Amino acid sequence: MRNIFAFIRRHFVFLAFVALQFVALWMLFSYNRYHNAAFLGVATEVTGSINKQVDKVDDYFHLLEENRRVHRMNDSLLNLLRPNFNVPDTNAVVRTDSVQVDSLTRYRRWLYRDAKVVYHTVNAENNYIQLNRGSAQGIQNDMAVISSDGGVVGIVINTSPNFSQVLSLLHTKSAVPAILKKTGSAGTVRWDTKDPRFLNLEGISKDVDVKRGDTVLTSPNTYNYPPNFLIGRVAAFAVDKATGFYTIKVQTAANFANIQQVFVIENLQRTEQLQLEQETEKQMDQMNKNRPR
Amino acid sequence: MSDLVKNIFRLALFISVQVFVLNEIPHLHRYVVPYLYFLFLLWLPFSLNRLGLLLTGFATGLVLDYFTMSPGLHTAACVLIAYVRPFIIFLLIPKEAAEFTYHEPSPRGMGWGPYLVYAVILTLLHHTYLRLLVWLQFGSFLDFLIKTATSTAISMLLILTTELLFPRRMKYRTNTA
Repeated sequence: MRNIFAFIRRHFVFLAFVALQFVALWMLFSYNRYHNAAFLGVATEVTGSINKQVDKVDDYFHLLEENRRVHRMNDSLLNLLRPNFNVPDTNAVVRTDSVQVDSLTRYRRWLYRDAKVVYHTVNAENNYIQLNRGSAQGIQNDMAVISSDGGVVGIVINTSPNFSQVLSLLHTKSAVPAILKKTGSAGTVRWDTKDPRFLNLEGISKDVDVKRGDTVLTSPNTYNYPPNFLIGRVAAFAVDKATGFYTIKVQTAANFANIQQVFVIENLQRTEQLQLEQETEKQMDQMNKNRPR
Repeated sequence: MSDLVKNIFRLALFISVQVFVLNEIPHLHRYVVPYLYFLFLLWLPFSLNRLGLLLTGFATGLVLDYFTMSPGLHTAACVLIAYVRPFIIFLLIPKEAAEFTYHEPSPRGMGWGPYLVYAVILTLLHHTYLRLLVWLQFGSFLDFLIKTATSTAISMLLILTTELLFPRRMKYRTNTA
C-alpha cells in the first residue's frame, strides 16, 4: 500500500498528464459521436455573448454584400406576386387576400424564423455557425438554416437558451439529401474539406443527363429541409469508372465566407412524420415475424 | 503587473487573436491553417511548476475548443506540449544556471538558436498531435503529413513575426539585490 502511495507521489505529474489527456480525448470522441459535451450549454452562452459583441463591429464590413443579397431575394419574391400576371378569363378579378388571420395555421408545415450569424468559420474541416437565437426563442435541434438569399447553409445541432450552433454544409459530418432540378434524380451533398466554395454531389448514376450549371436543390423527401431550396449549381462533373456514378462538384449558392442574416426553418410536422415512420417500421417487423416460413 | 494578471491578459489576447483574426481570415488554401494561440504556453514563466503548466494548458485548450466547437481537440494538444515543455527547457538551457537569469522563455533570454529549437519542437508536437486526432476521424495519411508540415511552417512564421514585432522587455534577474 505504501508503495502505491510512493509511486503516485513520485509520478504525480505524469499521472495528472495522463488523466488530463484522457479527459480531453473522452470529450473529443464523445462529442464526435453525440455532438454534445460537458458544459457545452453554458460555454455556448459565454462564447455567444462575446461573439455577439465582436460581430457588431464585423457587421459593418459586410453591409454592402448583405444588402445586395436581401434586395435580390426581395426581387425574386416580388416576381411571384399575383398581380404580376394577366388572367385570361375576363370574369376573374384580381383580388388581394385581405384575411388577416391565417385560417390554414393547422396545416402550415414550414415556419421561418429570422436569425443573425454571430460567428462562423470556413477554414476548418468541421465548420460551425453560431446564431443569436436559442431554445428560448424556439430554436430546436434539426431545424434547417438558409441564408438571406435562399441558399442552404446547414442544420441546427445544439442550442443554449439564447444561442444555437449550426452544423454548416462545410462539415465532414454534413450530408444533405439533394436532387438535380432538371431530372429529379436524387443524391447526397457532402463536403470533402478541400474548398469552401465547392461541395460534392454523390450518388447520381452515370445514365443521368448532367450539364454544367444544372441546379441542385434540397430533396422533397427529407424531414429537415424544406423542398426545392437552392444548394448550388454544378460546376464540374466526371464519371467515376469504378462505381458508375458521377462525381459532381457543386458551387455553393450561399456565400459561406460572409454569411450574415439567415432563416431558421422549422418543420411543424416533423414529430408526426417521425412517429409515422416508426409505426410503419414496427408494423413491418410484425409482418416479417408472422410470415409463414 | 503581477504574473497572474499579465498572463490572464495574454491568454485573453491570444485567444481573441486566434478566434477572431486567424480563424476568420478568408480561405487561402486548404493547407493554410494558421495557429498562434499556443505561443501563450511557450511564454509562461519558468517559475510555474509542472502541475500548474498542465492545468494552464488544459484551460487554454478548453477555452479555444469551446469557441471553435471542437471540445477536447486543442485541449489534448495543449496538455501534451505543457507536459513536454519542461523537458525541452531542461535540455536547452545550460544546467549550471539552476537559477534562471530570465523570467520566461524568450529569444533574448535564451538566445535565438535555443529559443527557435524550443519553439519548433513544441509547435511540431502540437500540430502533429492535433492533425493526428483529426486524421483519426477522417482524411488521408498524405493530408495528415502535408497539413502538419505546412501548419508548422506557418505557425513558425507567425511566432517569428510576433517575437520581432513585440520584443518583451525583461528584467535581468540577479541575486545581488
